[in-house]
Formats: sequence, C-alpha cells, structure tokens
Amino acid sequence: MGIRAANFRELRFDKLSRSFGSMQALKDVDLTIEKGEFVALLGPSGCGKSTTLNILAGLTPATSGGIWLDLTRIDTLRPEQRGFGMVFQNYALFPHMSVRANIGFGLKMRGAAKAEIARKVDEAIAMVRLQGQEDKLPGQLSGGQQQRVAIARAIVVEPPLVLMDEPLSNLDAKLRIEMRAEIRRIHNSLGATTIYVTHDQEEALSLADRIVVMREGAVRQIGAPDELYARPAHMDVAEFMGFRNRLAGKLTALEGERTSVRIGGADLGGVARAPMAVGDPIVVAARPEDMTVDAEAAVSIPVTVTSCEFHGHAFLCGGIGSGGAEVWFRSRRRLALGAEARLGVDAGKALVFPTREP
Amino acid sequence: MTDALPRPSVRTRLAGRGVDSVTLLALPAVILLFALFIYPFGYGLWLSFTPKDGGALANYAKFFSDPFLYDTLAKTFWLAAPVTVLNVVVAIPTALRVRLARRSRLLTTILVLPITLGTVLVAEGLLTYLGPQGWLNRVLITLGLISHPLRLLHNYWGVFLSLFITGFPFAFLLTLSYVSGVDPALENAAATLGAGPRRRFWAILLPLLLPGLAITLCLSFVQAFSVFPSAVLLGAPAGPTRVISIAAYQAAFEDYDYSMASAIAIIMGVAQLAVVALILAGRGLLYRGPAGGGKG
Repeated sequence: MGIRAANFRELRFDKLSRSFGSMQALKDVDLTIEKGEFVALLGPSGCGKSTTLNILAGLTPATSGGIWLDLTRIDTLRPEQRGFGMVFQNYALFPHMSVRANIGFGLKMRGAAKAEIARKVDEAIAMVRLQGQEDKLPGQLSGGQQQRVAIARAIVVEPPLVLMDEPLSNLDAKLRIEMRAEIRRIHNSLGATTIYVTHDQEEALSLADRIVVMREGAVRQIGAPDELYARPAHMDVAEFMGFRNRLAGKLTALEGERTSVRIGGADLGGVARAPMAVGDPIVVAARPEDMTVDAEAAVSIPVTVTSCEFHGHAFLCGGIGSGGAEVWFRSRRRLALGAEARLGVDAGKALVFPTREP
Repeated sequence: MTDALPRPSVRTRLAGRGVDSVTLLALPAVILLFALFIYPFGYGLWLSFTPKDGGALANYAKFFSDPFLYDTLAKTFWLAAPVTVLNVVVAIPTALRVRLARRSRLLTTILVLPITLGTVLVAEGLLTYLGPQGWLNRVLITLGLISHPLRLLHNYWGVFLSLFITGFPFAFLLTLSYVSGVDPALENAAATLGAGPRRRFWAILLPLLLPGLAITLCLSFVQAFSVFPSAVLLGAPAGPTRVISIAAYQAAFEDYDYSMASAIAIIMGVAQLAVVALILAGRGLLYRGPAGGGKG
C-alpha cells in the first residue's frame, strides 16, 4: 500500500477549556494519545466531544489550555497549517467537483505534481473501494459512497492524525456495520492515528483501542473497551455503557470490594466501584441482560411486569419493583403484563455506586 | 369476467393533470397579469408597428438611422454595464464580511437603507452632496487630496454614483442570501485540507456562488438600464447621459408620438432581454446544484 501516515510520538491535550459566554463546553480536558491508537470520544449530545475535535482541527479556538504534538504546540496554528485529515458528519464534499477532484483537493493545495496527484488519488480510491465512480459528482452518489469519498479525501494526504466526527450517524443500520469494519481496516493498513467522535457505545466498543467517555464538558473515564464495559467508574458512565437499571438501596456489608446491599427487603451481592461505608445510601447498577427471572434464587427482587418486548433471542421486559423503581430484565419466555416475577442478579455483574456522586 | 371500470369523470381526469378547484386560486393573479402587463405590452407592441406615417417598421427604421436616437443605446449600456459589474463586485466581499459580523442585522439594515429612499430622493440629495460646495468636495479639499472641486454633477459621474447607491442594496441583499446558502462545513473542510482564505474563496465559494451572481447580474442590469430620474437630474440629458428612457419620454410627452415612444420602449426591452439571455446561457454551463456538503 502506497499510503502510510506520517510520524509523531504523542498528542497531548493540556487542560483544554472552551466556553461560549457563560456556558462551559469543555472543562480542563487532559488527554494523551499515542501514535497508532484508535481513540473514541464517546458521550451524549452536548458533552463536548465535537467541540474537542473542532478545537483539535483548528475550526474553533480554545478559551484556555493547549494541544501539543510531541514538543510542538499546535493549537495556535490555523487549520490549513495543521495537516490533519478530517471526516465531517455530513461529509462536506465539494458539490461542484468530481470525486477525483474532491479527493485530490488536499494534494492540490500542497502543490503536488499532477502525475503524483493522479497516482495517489487512484490508490486512495482503491483503498476505499470506489473504483468506477471517479468522475461522478457527489450528488450522484449514495450515502455510503459519499462517506467513502470523504474518508479517501482525508487520508490521501497521509496525515499524522485522522479526525472523524460521527461519520456513520447518517447511514442506515446495515451500512453502518459494514462501514465500521471498513474504517478499522483503513486505520490498520494506513498505520494512522484516529480520533473518532460518536454517541453510539456499540461503535466505540467495536472500533476503539481506547475510549474517552465525556459528559458535560469533562472527561469521566478513559480506558480500553472491555474495561469500560465491565467496570465503569461512575454511575453516569455505567448508564451510558448499558447499565440501564438503577436500584436504590443501603449498604449492609462491605468486604474489600464485595458488598451486600439491601434492596426492597432482599440482601444482594455486588461490587463496590467507589469508597463507601456501611449504612451509606447506594445505587446498584445492573444490565438488563444480567438480571434474569429466577424464581428459585436464594435472593431475588420481586417486580410486577409492565412491558415485554421481543428481541429475537430473548424478551426484554420492564417491571416495577417495590418502592416504584423501574427495572429492565431479560426473560426466555414472554411474560403476561401484571404478572409477578422474581429477579436474580449475578453478584459479580452488579456494580454499587454511592448515591450522591461528584 | 369482470366489467370494465366506468370511465372517470371530467373532474377526476382534470385533477389527474393537476387542475382542480385549488388551481382556480391562480385566476386573480392571471387576470391581473393579463390586464396590467400582457395586454398593455401587447398594445404597445402593436402601437409600435403603426407609426404616424410610413410602413409598419418605420419607427424602428427611424430609430436606427438617427444617431441622436440610436446613440442612446450605447450611452445607456455605457452607464448600466459598469455600474452593474461594480455593484456585484463590491457586494461579494461586503456580503462575506457582513455574514461573519456580530451586528450583521444592523449592518444589513444600514446598507439596504438607500432602497427605501427611492431614486428621486437620492438624486436630489446627491445634487447638493456632490456639488462644488458639497460635503464630498469640501472633505477632499480639506484633506488635501485635491486642490479644486471635482466636477461630479451634470455629467456621467453623477449618474454613475446615483445608480451605484440605489442599485447596491439590491445586489447586496441577493448576494448575502446566496452567500448564506453555502454550507460553512465546506469551507471548514477546505481549510483542514490546507486551503487558506484566498484559495477557499476562489476554489470553493466563488464557483458555488456564480449561478446566484449571474441572477444578481441580470436583475441589477435590468434595473440600471431603465435609469431615468438620475439621468435627468444628475446628468446631461441632452448629451453624454442621454439614456434610452429619455428618448422614449421625449417621444411620448414632447412630440406626442406614442407610436415612436412604444417602439423605443420595445427596443429597450429587447436590449435588456438580449443581455439577460446571454448571462443565463453562460449560467447554464455552471454547476447549479445545492451548495450543501452531502447527506445530513
């Protein structure tokens, strides 16, 4: 493959902040990214992930803090001086230029020779598998094809860093899964460093080497996908990772990390994720998949079934526990609405957090 | 064996072609258009072919054989074309700058104000402003840029300035709306690919603005070509700024030759039409699709 990404060792965000008037979009973001990593910035709308990317690209200034590429400070440079490749959410393809001209634009701006531009554009088109579409206008392409043009345009200049701002959010579900694999494949064969913004935890988990979970302008947790999936550090991160259930209760016993909590009259086991003391009000986070209908369990939570959705391999049901809390759980068979069910939860999969968290 | 379906009624068939009771709502507009435009235009056209003496084309022959008359075409062009081009050329950077400004609404209002004043008021005002004792000359002399006043009245320049001032708001408004229609993400994408402000303008913005600018040129030109009060008040109606509308006016209200006046008006219309057709033909060669960046 002719295209290989340029060299650097690390990218560092140093107390990056951005405020719009009185609204703080980013609060002291610290982050170090190594060459070759695929890092996902994950969070709900408004968490600051796109703002971070835009500051990195130079499209919006930081209010304070800085960004360093090895020993060079880059946040004072204009976007055209940074040389990063960026894929925008709506692709931002130049509508009046052909696919070939779009992809070759960055090379043209760098003053490359015509023959070299043609050669590299051909390589890029082959890499994103768009042969045969070179002379079409963006308006004549499908969404998936447009997205591949956007990716080719960003990588053809062999940038040290590739930035992607929710590139898959405008595609249908099937195409999204296909393109996910493509993006990872391109990252691997390019040897690039990619920073990928998304609100979809499934995308982040499947693509990234490391995930940065953000919320309201601050970094909540950084870690490998399996770490974040199994052991989120905060309640809001857990919720974002699919721990839909929040069961309020009281801590009754604590041994190292293992806990015993009282919920709705039953004593359940769990794993503590933060310092806490016996008697503290706590919240237990559990995935619906980890809560099962188990009438024979020694310890279980009684609920009244309020909904039951067919999900192919199982049913996702909702119920109301004693105390009025909403609980989501899995069942092998369809349950009647209004029926009583007793739920068990695997102690190793239930995470316990203190109720009031910073 | 099933029976054939009954033939649909006239109403249904008409509705299938897009004609129904809602279409009738267009009727008042069509009637007005006919009564106030198509009929008078048709009447004027017929009038131009029925001169006081001579054959059907006598008026037109007279126009194109008398230098005092056909020179007006050239003089009007010589006024309208440069003013139009200048209007559009100045409107582009102004619109780009105003789009980014914080008080863009206030700036837009100020720049559009001359439209509300009307050509006569502006012309009257310029009579004083551009005179030898007027503001402009006084300021330039005080600053030492000139030693004696510029002659800006009763000549080409007075009319030129008046046309510029009254025509600019229109060109500016149109250009502003076209500029706002270009997706800002396109410029951002160009910037990340290494294009500085100049190259972003020439490679991305301008090509996407050209179709809109062509329309702006057409409309501004038509407006400038029909100049009348400025030419009479600020120009030299007997000489260098004798525009075609003055010739038509004189034919109608001084010679009482309505037939000739109609002929001159038709010639004026044909000249404007020719220029518009030329510009639109050129526009047809450009990319005219949406100026957005893709899906979403």
